[in-house]
Amino acid sequence: MSQLIKRYTSKERSNHWVVAIAFILAGLSGLALFHPAFFFLAHLFGGGPWTRILHPFIGVLMFLSFMVLAGRFWSLNRITPADREWRKRIKDVLCNRDRGLPEVGKYNAGQKYLFWVMVICVPLLLLSGFFIWQPWFAPIFPVGVIRIAVVVHALAAWIMILGIVVHVYAAIWVKGTIRAMTRGTVTEAWAKHHHRAWYRQMTGK
Amino acid sequence: MALQSLDIKARSATTTPTPQARGAIPVAKLIDISKCIGCKACQVACMQWNDLRDEVGDNVGVYDNPADLTAQSWTVMRFSEVEVEQGRLEWLIRKDGCMHCADPGCLKACPAPGAIVQYANGIVDFHEEHCIGCGYCVTGCPFDIPRISKKDSKAYKCTLCSDRVAVGLEPACVKTCPTGAIVFGSKEDMIHHAEGRIADLKERGYANAGLYDPAGVGGTHVMYVLQHADQPQLYADLPKDPHISPLVALWKGVTKPLMSLGIGVAVLAGFFHYVTAGPKEVEEENETD
Repeated sequence: MSQLIKRYTSKERSNHWVVAIAFILAGLSGLALFHPAFFFLAHLFGGGPWTRILHPFIGVLMFLSFMVLAGRFWSLNRITPADREWRKRIKDVLCNRDRGLPEVGKYNAGQKYLFWVMVICVPLLLLSGFFIWQPWFAPIFPVGVIRIAVVVHALAAWIMILGIVVHVYAAIWVKGTIRAMTRGTVTEAWAKHHHRAWYRQMTGK
Repeated sequence: MALQSLDIKARSATTTPTPQARGAIPVAKLIDISKCIGCKACQVACMQWNDLRDEVGDNVGVYDNPADLTAQSWTVMRFSEVEVEQGRLEWLIRKDGCMHCADPGCLKACPAPGAIVQYANGIVDFHEEHCIGCGYCVTGCPFDIPRISKKDSKAYKCTLCSDRVAVGLEPACVKTCPTGAIVFGSKEDMIHHAEGRIADLKERGYANAGLYDPAGVGGTHVMYVLQHADQPQLYADLPKDPHISPLVALWKGVTKPLMSLGIGVAVLAGFFHYVTAGPKEVEEENETD
C-alpha cells in the first residue's frame, strides 16, 4: 500500500461540493427552461414556476461559492511554458501514452484551461442572469438588453456544461482521482505519475 | 374542451405536431384609425368582458389613460399629435394591443409547454395556468405587448376575446365601437373591407393610405388601416418592419437543438473514450524508478 498525500483540505472539499451541487441544480433547472426536451426536469423542482423562482437563487449561490473556490486555486492555475508543451501532447494523454510527458505541478494544462473557462463563464452567467431575473430585475431593462442577455446566458451555460462534462469524465477516467475530492488524499503513486512536480514538492523526493 | 383542443395550430415548447384534423377560417380584427374618435369605449368593453380593473393612475398630461398596457389593461388608445405636412396637425389615435402574429415571437420564446397557443383561426392565446412567469414572451414579442402581473407573476395580454369568437361572437371591443372603426370577420373579408376604406382615403387625399398587415411576422390577425401606411412609426412607434429579433431566433431557433445535441455528444464521447482507450490507471510497481 502506497503512502497517501494530502491534496485538498476539508474546507477546499466542502467548497468544491457546494459549487458542484449548486451547478447541478442550476444546470438541471436551466436546461428545463432551455429546451422542451428537458422541461420534465422542472418536476424535480416542484414544477415550472418553482423552477423559474429557484434557478436564479441557486445561480447566485453557485457564483458566490465558485468565487471563493477560484480565489483558493487562482495562483496554482497560472499557465506556464511547460503547460504548452503538455498541451501539444494531448493526443498521447488521451491515448494513455503517459511516458515522457512534461512534468506537471498540482494541475495539468487541461485542468488549468478548464479553470479559466469557469472563471469566465460563471461571472458571465451571473451578469446575464441578472438582466433576465423575473420578477425582480428584468422589468428594469430595455428588451434589447434582455435579448442579448438571454443569448449570452444560454451560450455561457452551454460552454460551462460542456466543460463540466469533461471535468467529470476526467475524474472518472483517471483512476484514483475522485478520492482527492471525497477524502482529501491521493496515493503517492498517483501523484508521482500524474503530477510529478507537485509530488516532489510535497514529499521532497 | 375536447373539440377546443382540435382547434390548436401551434403550442409553446412543443416539438411534435398539434392536432390538425379540424380546419378553421383565419379571423382578423381590422382597426381603421381614420375612423377612430378616441372615445376609449373599446377599453371599457375589454375591462367589462374580461373582468379587469386596473388601478386608477395619475394624469400625466396626455390623453393616454392608462399610460401603458398592464396585466389589467389589455388594450390602450395611444394618442399621437403629428404634422405630416407642415401646418396641418393630425391627431392619430391607435388602439394598441396584441397583434396576434401568424409567426408569434412570444410563442417561439415560451419555455412552458402549452402556456401559449395559437388557434387554427389565428388567435394567439395565453393559458396562464401553464405560465411560469419567466418573461420570455416579453423578450420574444416584436410589439412590446405581454405584461407580467405583479400579483401572480403570470403573463397577460389581449385574447382577441377567444372565448367570444369560439361561440361565434365578435370581440368585445368590436361590439362596442360606436363609429365602426373596429370590425371583425374572416381575414379575407377584412382585407377586402380594408381595400374599400383605403380607396376612399386615397380619394380624400391620403395618397399613402394602406393596410398594416406586416409580412415580417407572417401577417397579423389584428390589422390597421393607416392614413400614412408609409410611416407607421407616426402611430405611437408602430414598428415599420416588425419581425422576431434575430437574437431571439438564434436563442430559440437553431441553438436549442444544436446545443442540446452538443451536450449529448460530449457525454457519449466520454463514454466511448472510456470503453476504447480505457481508464488511466497507475500501477504502483511501475512508479518505482
